[in-house]
Amino acid sequence: MVEAKHVSKLYAGKKVIDDVTVTIGKGKITSFIGPNGAGKSTLLSMISRLISKDAGHIYIDGKELGQWKSGDLAKKISILKQSNHISLRLTVRELVSFGRFPYSQGKLSKEDGRYVEEAIRYMELEEMQHKYLDQLSGGQRQRAYIAMVIAQNTEYILLDEPLNNLDMKHSVQIMKILKRLVDELGKTIVIVIHDINFASCYSDTIVALKAGKIVREGTPDEMMDPVVLREIYEMEMKIETVDNHKICIYFS
Amino acid sequence: MGYKAKTWFLAVIAVILIAVFLFISIGSSWDYILPRRAAKVFAILLTGGSIAFATTVFQTITNNRILTPSILGLDSLYLMIQTIVVFLFGSKTLTMGSSNLNFVVSVGLMILFSGVLYKVIFKREQQNIYFLLLIGLIFGTLFQSMATFMQVLIDPNEFQIVQDKMFASFNNIKTDLLGIAGISVLLVSAYFRKFIKYLDVLSLGREQAINLGVDYDYVVKRLLIVVAILISVSTALVGPITFLGLLVVNVTYEFFKTYRHQYLLPGSILVSIVALVGGQLIVERVFTFATTLSVIINFCGGGYFLYLLLKENKSW
Repeated sequence: MVEAKHVSKLYAGKKVIDDVTVTIGKGKITSFIGPNGAGKSTLLSMISRLISKDAGHIYIDGKELGQWKSGDLAKKISILKQSNHISLRLTVRELVSFGRFPYSQGKLSKEDGRYVEEAIRYMELEEMQHKYLDQLSGGQRQRAYIAMVIAQNTEYILLDEPLNNLDMKHSVQIMKILKRLVDELGKTIVIVIHDINFASCYSDTIVALKAGKIVREGTPDEMMDPVVLREIYEMEMKIETVDNHKICIYFS
Repeated sequence: MGYKAKTWFLAVIAVILIAVFLFISIGSSWDYILPRRAAKVFAILLTGGSIAFATTVFQTITNNRILTPSILGLDSLYLMIQTIVVFLFGSKTLTMGSSNLNFVVSVGLMILFSGVLYKVIFKREQQNIYFLLLIGLIFGTLFQSMATFMQVLIDPNEFQIVQDKMFASFNNIKTDLLGIAGISVLLVSAYFRKFIKYLDVLSLGREQAINLGVDYDYVVKRLLIVVAILISVSTALVGPITFLGLLVVNVTYEFFKTYRHQYLLPGSILVSIVALVGGQLIVERVFTFATTLSVIINFCGGGYFLYLLLKENKSW
C-alpha cells in the first residue's frame, strides 16, 4: 500500500502540493486527474522519490520513503515520466535490459534475460527489439519504455501521462496493457492522465487534484458526474453512459 | 570488429608506440636515456589515463558530450596558483624550490576548491548539475582574470616562467613527482571501483537513475570528487590539458559506438595514451622540441571538431 500523509511541496515559497493525504490501494489502477498545474505530476514524483517533499510522510508498504534503501525501493516501485529524453543511442532491447539493473547491478543473469524477453513479448516489441529508439514512432517508443518498467518487475508502477502524444489506437493499446498488468500480474498502477474518459473506462479509483489539493476521490461512477467535474475543471460537461461506461462530453 | 577486438587493437597500437618511443635511435648510452624516457612514458600513462577517465565520467554525469571537467575551473585555479607563487616569491621558487611542495599545495587547493563548490551547491536541494557548472565557469573566469592581472604586472622574464606552465608539456617532467602522483591516482581508482557499475545507468539521466535504484546525489558527489582529484593531479603534473579529454572521449565514442563503460573507460584511456605518446613522438622527432604537445593536441583536436561539426548529423 502506498500512503501519503499531509504531504506538501513548495516551489519558491508557493505551495504546489498543499497538505495532501491519499491512500493508493493494492491491485488497482488509480488515476490522478485535474487541470494543468494542479500538482498531479509533482505528487507522483514525490511518491517515487524523484523530488523531495517539504512536509509530511510517504509510506510504501508501511515504511517511510526515507527509510528505504534506494536499491531496494527500485525493486518495489518504478516511475516513468512523460518526457524521457535519453541522450544515449539505445536499442529497444538495451533499454529494456536497463530495467533489470536493480537486480543485476549491470551484469545480466539468465533469469534477468528471461524477464527482458518476457517484457518485450508482453509489449509486442519482438520484431523491433534490435531497432534504435530514435527509429521508432512515438507509440512504439512509449511501449519500449513501459517494457522497461515491466522488466523492472515492481509491485507499484507509476506513470506520468503515459498517453501523451499517442493516437487513439495506441492509447487504447497502452491502457489495455495496463489493465492486463493489474489483472494478470497483480500490479498496482498509478497514472496521471488528462483524458478523463480513459480514466473513467479503465481505472478503479480516480483522484482529482486542483491547486495542490485533493478535491475529490472515488470510483469512476462517483466521479463522472457533472457537479463533481464542474468543481474540478470549472466548466460544464455532459455525461452519457455508453456500454456501462460513463463518458464525458466536453467539446462544446 | 567486436568491442574486445577494438580494445585489443588500441592496446597493440599503444604498446607499439610506447616501444618506438622508448627505443628509437637510442644509441650506446641507453642506460642514461632509457630511464628518462621511461619516466616520461609513465607520466604520459598517468595523465593520459586520468584525463580520459575523468572526462568520460564527467560527461556521463552531465549527460553531455561536449563538456570537459575544465568547466569546473580547476585549470584556471592551477594557473592562478602558479602565478601567485611567481608574483609573491619570484620565479626561483618555481624553478628551484621543492616541486613536491608545489604539487601538494596545488592539488590540495584544487581539491579544496571543488570540495567547497560541491558542498555549497549540493546543500541546496534540487540544484541541478548545470548550476554547478555555471558557478564553476564563473570562478574559472575569475581565476583566469586574476592570473592575467598579475601576469601583466610581473617582470617579463618571470612571465616566461609562468607561460611555460600555461601549456601542458611532457618535455621536462619532474620525475620526483611521479611517485606521489602515481600513488594518488592508484588510490582514487581503487576508491572508484565500487561506483563503476552505476555509470551506465547514470548516463540515462537523473530520473531514470533514481528509478533504477541509484542513490543519485551520493554517487554523483563521490564521482565528482574523483574527477576533481584526477584532474588536479594531472594538471599539476604536466599543466592544463583537459582539451585532450574532450578529444579522446569523443574519438572513443566514435570508435566504439556504445554506451557501455566497461568498454568506454579502457578504450578512452588507450586512445588517450596513443594520442599522447604519438603526439610526443612528433614533438620530439619532427619538431625537435620546437613546440609542446598541447599545441599539437589543440591543433589536431580543433581540426577534428570542425570535421565532426561539418560531417556529423547523427549523434552518438
